[in-house]
Amino acid sequence: MDDQWTVAGRTFTSRLIVGTGKYRSFEENAAAVEASGAEIVTVAVRRVNISDPGQPLLTDHIDPKRYTYLPNTAGCFTAEEAVRTLRLAREAGGWDLVKLEVLGEAKTLYPDMRETLKATEMLAKDGFKPMVYCVDDPIAAKQLEEAGAVAVMPLGAPIGSGLGIQNRVTIRLIVEGASVPVIVDAGVGTASDAAIAMELGCDGVLMNTAIAEARKPIAMARAMKAAVAAGRLAYLAGRMGKRRYADPSSPLAGLI
Amino acid sequence: MSQEAISIRVNGEPRRVRRGMSVAELACELGLVPAKIAVERNREIVPRSTLADIAVEDGDEYEIVTFVGGG
Repeated sequence: MDDQWTVAGRTFTSRLIVGTGKYRSFEENAAAVEASGAEIVTVAVRRVNISDPGQPLLTDHIDPKRYTYLPNTAGCFTAEEAVRTLRLAREAGGWDLVKLEVLGEAKTLYPDMRETLKATEMLAKDGFKPMVYCVDDPIAAKQLEEAGAVAVMPLGAPIGSGLGIQNRVTIRLIVEGASVPVIVDAGVGTASDAAIAMELGCDGVLMNTAIAEARKPIAMARAMKAAVAAGRLAYLAGRMGKRRYADPSSPLAGLI
Repeated sequence: MSQEAISIRVNGEPRRVRRGMSVAELACELGLVPAKIAVERNREIVPRSTLADIAVEDGDEYEIVTFVGGG
């Protein structure tokens, strides 16, 4: 059965988007991406190493022709910085599909929604297709959508925390209200967290640290692939209703 | 053709280069592959197709970036 999803006119089969940071080596990173089955990878934009230009590059190990590179704005604290970074990314790779994140402070890496909204408008006006990291707030998510976000990406918990989905109610409300894809971005720690996000009806999950900092990243990438698929299937299947008390599965009639 | 040196900044670092060189030549001198980078000159993007046409001028400030691992 085909169960694809579409963002900004591009269709994907995998609902798992993975980051490429924090890995011990490019080889391990490439193997983990492969094992995850992801078709989209997030990447950062940074100054080239002028003192050692011969260093291997990410693009040598993770082929931008095979994977859709989703350039991010990690480390940007204003709309202007974020837009400047993505203009460079577009020139470096030629993509208009980008991940916008404008952070409010270093301690929590919580998004600054005022700057995020402003940057979303600027990017949309400039021809970008921004997928936007945001707070798990259904009103903010709608405002981003109106401003030109092609996907809203609420956090499940702070970036890199691995605490899991902290507020299932707000994630569900965002899913119910959205007319663009909803991707839980940040906070996933283990496979069940990813499954929960999918069971809530999200279109996908984006994670980096949960795989990169696992004891065995490649095995965890495989686990995440299975969890996202299982959560999606459970969502489509429609879970049973909850009861307050027990209900026997074996018939009561015919008891000896 | 003058061979005198001019002063520029690349990624925040001061650098002296030959007058009259193009941005593409600057990238090559730095050991960079133009297809893998993006260049900003005095806060304006230099499209890759024009790297060879734009001359490096005294006082120019360049940011040269590439993709690295990130989340």
